[in-house]
Amino acid sequence: MGRKLLLEKAHIDGIRSYDVYRREGGYASVEKVFKNMSPDQVTEEVKKSGLRGRGGAGFPTGMKWSFLAKPEGVPRYLVCNADESEPGTFKDRYLMEFIPHLLIEGLIVSSYALGSNRTYIYIRGEYAWIVDILEQAIAEANANGWLGKNILGTGFDCQIYVQRGAGAYICGEETALIESLEGKRGNPRIKPPFPAVKGVWDCPTVVNNVETLAAVVPIINLGGEEYAKIGIGKSTGTKLISACGNIKKPGVYEIDMTISVEEFIYSDEYCGGIPNGKRLKACIPGGSSVPILPTNLLFKTAKGDTRIMNYESLADGGFATGTMMGSGGFIVMDEDQCVVRHTLTLARFYRHESCGQCSPCREGTGWMEKILKNIEYGKGKMSDIDLLWDIQRKIEGNTICPLGDAAAWPVAAAIRHFRDEFEWHVLNPVESQQRNFGLAHYADPRPVPVA
Amino acid sequence: MVFSEDKLKKVQEIIARYPAGKQKSALIPVLHLAQEEFGGWLSAEAMDYVASLLSIEPIEVYEVATFYSMYNLKPVGRYLFEVCQTGPCMLNGSDQIIDYIKEKLGIGVGETTSDGLFTLKTVECLGACGYAPMMQLGKHYREHLTKEKVDQIIEECRSRATSLN
Repeated sequence: MGRKLLLEKAHIDGIRSYDVYRREGGYASVEKVFKNMSPDQVTEEVKKSGLRGRGGAGFPTGMKWSFLAKPEGVPRYLVCNADESEPGTFKDRYLMEFIPHLLIEGLIVSSYALGSNRTYIYIRGEYAWIVDILEQAIAEANANGWLGKNILGTGFDCQIYVQRGAGAYICGEETALIESLEGKRGNPRIKPPFPAVKGVWDCPTVVNNVETLAAVVPIINLGGEEYAKIGIGKSTGTKLISACGNIKKPGVYEIDMTISVEEFIYSDEYCGGIPNGKRLKACIPGGSSVPILPTNLLFKTAKGDTRIMNYESLADGGFATGTMMGSGGFIVMDEDQCVVRHTLTLARFYRHESCGQCSPCREGTGWMEKILKNIEYGKGKMSDIDLLWDIQRKIEGNTICPLGDAAAWPVAAAIRHFRDEFEWHVLNPVESQQRNFGLAHYADPRPVPVA
Repeated sequence: MVFSEDKLKKVQEIIARYPAGKQKSALIPVLHLAQEEFGGWLSAEAMDYVASLLSIEPIEVYEVATFYSMYNLKPVGRYLFEVCQTGPCMLNGSDQIIDYIKEKLGIGVGETTSDGLFTLKTVECLGACGYAPMMQLGKHYREHLTKEKVDQIIEECRSRATSLN
């Protein structure tokens, strides 16, 4: 059983309410920093912890905080990115829905470290009922003196507001999120200037993911060095993984980044294996934008070691034989699933969600979707596969924001690892139209584990 | 077309969340309020009204309303079924659920039933991948959908509509 730092108390009856959360030791980190630590000391602890941003990019959080410009007389802002929209990812929702005070506590400590007097939670618009849960938690924190003016007599003022988005994946990108918070279309900005210098309303701003900000609480409670001892190498602390697709036990799991991918999929503590006696075919371990891996590459790294659920091990071998931790959106596919069809759904997603600013993304995503649709429905040509490869190469790295990469990578990985499945569709148009996919030879050749 | 007193108070509360002079930031939340208040969609008149409330140009409202997928720019049925069709939901049978709803309601995607009760819309990932297949209905998610659950939801909506009429 791995160590639980974020979800340890999530199953306690009534933990959503302030009284129970406080009774269970909640808000201790706020007391600790306000009594004993300067804002810079809080940032120092976060640096020592080795915490990496949990939204997908994995950038060191303490370092990001230390980049924040602090000009005299200019307000600074902390924005919590709760826009969670990457297919496969639903971990932040779990945290906000079941243990909202953990996020509020992390936000107060982080606001103090960064000197933010107005802090915003930007949440995807569809999570409407979670807005109510968060606003209730904020009201309780206010009523109990953890927010407002001169908190605990420190002279520090802080208020937290919830801003609801309106359905746009791109608003998970930090500069698009800032534009949206300013009441505009979610068009990403060209960087530099980075938000740390010129963010919301042109003021210095830090944008961090929900899980990242919640993790500040155990970091302060344990101490940065102690937190850094959990995990392996530069993958410190715990990580929330949202597991879905063809598994027996979909859900949100907290892991300490030392367990193997194989154990995560097959052990009863986590996903519980593949249902209906099916074999595993492929997995996308970090949200839809990261490369898909067939079973033979999923359990072993390029060096032949057991692949571990952490940043380094998942990325081992680069994109040729590896993938990424990303947001922790773990999508499992059984032997009956069609990689071409799945890739088509992702291409459609990225075409739908492109903001349209950059031509390679605006035009390229739609083009990829059309070609994939043709291949999937038995109307493709062999040359389409190479054309698809060529288009994704022309999108990757040629856009203002990472949405272009996110759209290109799933297509690239699907062709790289499952090219003969694409060819099968071209060569078998009738079966393809009848949705008779075949090609079970990709599936894990090992016997199906007995439940 | 004007907001009720309660809604106008709410608009002022939202504007107060932002620094002075940054009231445009209230646009997205106020458009949500307008959609709720004015029949589930945003007409040009509703958008112009929101522009006047926030002292911004109507074009600033139009460009935002047309960018975000949660705003409806034409009338929708009383019950809007927004069914997720992205990868993880597809792996768990969303294609079959969408086909079943079409058959059951006798409409295609983007259409509204002749009695004005139901509109079917397909949407991209709603962040409920572990509870797939799923749809959004109003403020809440309906998850782990099966044909039986779809029947139940349709019946629920019909009886709610009858009791409201």
